[in-house]
Order: sequence, then structure tokens, then C-alpha cells
Amino acid sequence: MAAPRKRAAKAPRADAVVGADEKVRTLEQLLATKEIVISCGSGGVGKTTTAAAAALMAATHLGGKVLVLTVDPAKRLATALGLERFGNVEVRVPPEAFAAAGIEPRGELWAAMLDTKQSWDDLVARHAPDPRTRDAILANSLYQNISGRFVQSHDYIAMERLYEIHQSGEYDLIVVDTPPTRNAIDFLEAPDRMAEFFSSKLLRWLTAPTASRMVNFASKPFYTVADRILGSQFLEDIATFFTLFQTMAPGFVERAEAVTRTLSDRRTTFIVVSTLEDAPLNEAEFFIRALDERRLHLGALVLNKVLPAYLRRTATTAVAKRLVGRADEVAGSVAGVGDPADVARVLATVGESFLNYQVVAKREAEQRAGLARSPDVVAAVPYFDADIADLTGLFALGDKIWR
Amino acid sequence: MTALLDRQLLFVTGKGGVGKSTVAASLGLLAAEQGKRTLVCEVDAKGNLADFYEAGETAFAAREIQPRLWAMSMDLEESLKEYLSLQLKIPFLAKIGPLARTFDFIANAAPGVKEILTIGKLTWEVRERHYDLVVVDAVATGHIVGQLTAPQAINELVQVGMVRNQTQWMLDILTDPARTGVVIVSAPEEMPVAETIELAERLDAETDVDLAAIVVNRVLPELFTEREEALFEQLRTPERVAALSEAAGGDVSPVLDAAELAVTLRRTRAEHLATLRDAVDPHLPLIYVPYLFTRSHGARATRQVAELLAEEL
Repeated sequence: MAAPRKRAAKAPRADAVVGADEKVRTLEQLLATKEIVISCGSGGVGKTTTAAAAALMAATHLGGKVLVLTVDPAKRLATALGLERFGNVEVRVPPEAFAAAGIEPRGELWAAMLDTKQSWDDLVARHAPDPRTRDAILANSLYQNISGRFVQSHDYIAMERLYEIHQSGEYDLIVVDTPPTRNAIDFLEAPDRMAEFFSSKLLRWLTAPTASRMVNFASKPFYTVADRILGSQFLEDIATFFTLFQTMAPGFVERAEAVTRTLSDRRTTFIVVSTLEDAPLNEAEFFIRALDERRLHLGALVLNKVLPAYLRRTATTAVAKRLVGRADEVAGSVAGVGDPADVARVLATVGESFLNYQVVAKREAEQRAGLARSPDVVAAVPYFDADIADLTGLFALGDKIWR
Repeated sequence: MTALLDRQLLFVTGKGGVGKSTVAASLGLLAAEQGKRTLVCEVDAKGNLADFYEAGETAFAAREIQPRLWAMSMDLEESLKEYLSLQLKIPFLAKIGPLARTFDFIANAAPGVKEILTIGKLTWEVRERHYDLVVVDAVATGHIVGQLTAPQAINELVQVGMVRNQTQWMLDILTDPARTGVVIVSAPEEMPVAETIELAERLDAETDVDLAAIVVNRVLPELFTEREEALFEQLRTPERVAALSEAAGGDVSPVLDAAELAVTLRRTRAEHLATLRDAVDPHLPLIYVPYLFTRSHGARATRQVAELLAEEL
């Protein structure tokens, strides 16, 4: 068991950074006042890395026990955190990893990965009325299939685990990386959907006593159709499974409602991560709207892989164009660097490349300006020379978003 | 091996954000322009296939958006209705009241039902030879194996009934490399490459569906030869930068910085490309699509990618 939560460290931590009516302007201020941070956005924009960097910065500068909970981390991230691998159980990032990076953290950084299958099994074990029902559910072949995909199970499980860990009171701050979903808001709705499902008529029908259902089979067209398509044995299997599953309904419904409350708690905030490319940014905007509609707290927008501002300078456009158009002439101005024809070719290439990147940089700047709503905290992260491979790299990224 | 566009069914998959839909739309466009009656089907119901052709909304009923090119979006409920009317010859489907309401649930609860309705519709179009080629803008890398193995899974789960009898011909089409292939769209970045390698392995180990090609999208151009790069480095002394700025009528430093950035970006990506090349079967076609600086999306980008693909195929 980990050490009890250090409540004492908490209050001064928040007050020192932001006063009661001071506006939150940096990620540092935001994280100092929150207990749960949910990092979201479309796939491939650096969501997981951003979550890890934010957690690292919080552990380093704010102190306390900070947990980063990720869904599907690249092996590189585990390596970057100085861990061989990490699983469903939280592990502490070793102090040696910090020492190697020359960082003296005020607090502790912990990491855990979401294991959907394991988490479902734990959930069943918790809510099943007795060990026999539990074993029957866990052994059911439908359950084994379904626990991987049923009712957006990833989404629900992620939020459920978050709730559980938060309830445990083990951490001062939990940073969660959300699962890659087809629809960014799926995980926001997952707890509600779970509660809805358990109170649906459909479940009642499926779990009605077998005898009366068999009578219905013959009389209602749907059953006839279902029977002809899937075969009655398969329908029976489904019914058996859901009869078992329904025994867990009260616990599940209550739990799902509590999870929903956690999302809208004032101690919870959302960080939207995106690049300035068209598709991820659309997704980010959509998500920001979804948060607003649900009155959830949008804390920050982190823009990754942003091209440097000098690419947008109009004065430089003319220079680049001259390098392309009058390469020979400009090449003549430098001596002692080999064949002037080669120099001219290099200068023309360089000019052309600038103009190419300028188109992208300007398009991205317009995308950014066109954002309908931005939170108070917006951080832009430049391209890094190499992929982040250790705590030093993660810290460098964290530095760009922190203040 | 059968040339890519001579197959009848192509599943185009990839990690989110790599340009999977752009490549699917471009392959469809290219095939149609080469004279093939082509259907492009979007499976993820995001409804944005239309954006890639700028030809209006797509629906379950395929629509010819230009000569020989049809577009549709998968709709599981419509697919089920079509299946029922084709297979069971049940009239008055509307009378089956609970169908719509219960459908979503059954599809969620019964493993493989969603997938089989998708695969069933697609293979049906192939079996009936309604088109020369069906290009599927398929689900992302994480879900494609589940979708492709659905007929097999159903075969094992459902012991009797109509569905079981229907899965064999689907499997015949899916597992025939002359007819069906998977195209993985990737990008020269860490996670897309890792996912591509993993998917290639899973396709091999868990399915009998042929991996037809990997399309590497957004490949940045190589700016310099080694000699040119050495020369470029020599230009960066303060005196030479001053002389160049004088001659070009303005500060050239940002232009040179931008070139260095371009070289760095290209270099880190080249490492990921090398990783990919080393990990996959050397006989597998790797198709490179250069990064488009001028357009990021829309019909123009689709056309440009189609032209680039035409050169590579």
C-alpha cells in the first residue's frame, strides 16, 4: 500500500500559486488547483506524451503524489519514465530516473496503464452478488468477447478506473490520458450509457424467464427473425449471460452515476491536445463544444508540433523568392565555397523549401486564429528534433507548456 | 501478385491522422479514371468521405459522383434491412417494430454482428460483381483485425442458422489474394510506424487476408545531397550570411533556419521509415506519397494524391 495522502501539502500548494480571484493563466496554476486532469484529443497528436509531461512537471514543481494513467503507451514512454513497463497497478517512477535527468522533484511521480480486460474482471468481482455468479460471468464466452468491446467498454473502464483511484485518496493529482476513440466524446457519455443500459427495457426482455420468452419467440416477428438469423441456441446464450449480468445492475448503476459526477466535479479539468492540422483541430473544436454543452471544465489547449513563427514573416518571403529567382546572382556574393553553380542550386532549394513551409505555417496560423473558443491557458509546443526518449526530453516538453 | 487496383476489394486502414481516408478516396478516384467501375465505401460513420470528393453527403445507397465512381457510407441498420430482404425475403420490414430499437443493442451484445453486417455488405457487392473494385475506407488499425475475422468468429460462435451458412462465401472472397487485399496507410512518424508493423504481424498471424501494400503518406522531400548539405553548412558563417543578405535584399537567416528545420524533420522521419522497411516483408510494396505543402484536404488534395499514387503503382 502506498503512503497515506499528504493532505497538508495540498492547501499551501494551491494558494501559493493562484489567489482566490486571480485568473488561471498557466498550466502550473491550473494543475495546482485541480485533482483530476483529463487529456483528450484525436490520435497521433501527442496526447499521451503531453499527459506524461504535465504529470512530470506537477510532481517536480508542485510536489505531492502525482499519477499519470495512460491507456496504450508507446514502449518509449515507459522507457522515458525510467520504467521497464507498467501495468494496471501503479508503479513509482524511480528517483534514480529523476537524478539521471538532473531533476530534483518536490513530489513523487507514479504511472499506471489501463488494462481493460483486467479492469472489467475487477469490476465484475466487485459487483457480483456472490462468488458463484462472479465465476459464471467470468467464464462465460460471451463475456470474454464482450469485455473487449461492449458499450464502448474502453471508455467506460477508463473513467471507472479514474474514479476508483481518485476515491482511494492515494494521489494529489491524477493525469489521465483518454483512450483513442472514434468519437472524442464517447468516453464522456460512457458512464451514462452504462447506467442507461442497465435500466433498459431490452435488458429486461432478454433476461425475462426463459419459458415466457419462448412463447414470445413464436408470436413476435422480431424473435422469429432473430431466431432465423442467429439460431435459438445463440439467443439462449445471450439470455443466460445477461441474466447473470443483471445481478450486478444496482452496483453498476450507482457506480456509473458517481463516475459521471466525478467528471463534472470542480476539481476536475480537461486539457485538449491537438496539432494545427485540419483533422485533429476539427476534432479538438468539436470536443471543446462538447465540454461546453456538458458544462465540463475546459482548462487548457495544448498545441503540439507548431512550426516556428519566423516562417510566417512576410519580409522573408521576398528574400526567399529572390533566392529562388536570382540564385546565380546571389551565389556570386559569397566566395570560397566551391562551384558557384552548386551554391546557386543550394540557395534555390533553400528558398523553395522556405516558401513551402511558409504555406503550411500560414495555414496553421489561420487554423489557430479560427478557433471559435480557446481556454485561458493555451500552450504551443514546437517541433522537437527527436522523439522524446527519456525524462530529460519529457521535461523539455513540459517546460514549453508549464508557464 | 495481383496488382493493387486489379483486385476487387481493398480495405484501406491506418492509424488516425495519417491520411487513411485521403488515400482511400484517391485510390478510388484513380481506379475510376483508369476505367474501372469503382465503389468507395466509408465504414466509420463520420460522414466525411464526401469532403474528400466535395460531392455532397454520402448515404447507404451508393451514388455515382463522377463517371464510374460511386460513393457510399456504411449504415449497419440499413445493411441489416437489406440483408433481411435479400436473404429472408421478408416483406413489410417496417412492421418489425422492435427492429430499430433492439438493433443497436443486439449489435453491441452479440460479438461480430456489427462487423459481419459490414463485411457482409462489402463482400456481397464483390460477389455480385456490381463493381470492378470496392475500396473500403475501413476502421483504424486497432479494429481492422476484428472486422476481418468476424466471419470466422461468427462461424465458431453461431452453431446453426442463416448467418452461419452465409459466412463461407464471405471467407472465400476475403481470403483470396487475387480478389481481396489490405492497404495500410502509415506516416513516417513513430507511432504510425509502430502500429503498422504490429498490424502487419497480426494480419499474418490472425487472419488469412492478404496484406497488399503499405502506403507511406506525408513523406518529406530530401532537401540536399550529402555534398550540398556540406556546402549549405559552409554558407552559415556570419560573414557569408551577411553577404547573402546583402545580395538578396534582406536577412537570409530565417530562410537558412527553415532549411535546417526541414533537414531535421526529414532526418528524424527517415529513421522511422528505415524501421518500417526493416520490419516488413521485403516483397511487400511500399508506396511513398510525398507531403503536400499546398493542400491539406479537399478534392484537390485527393486528386494530387491520386496522381502521385498513379506514378508509384
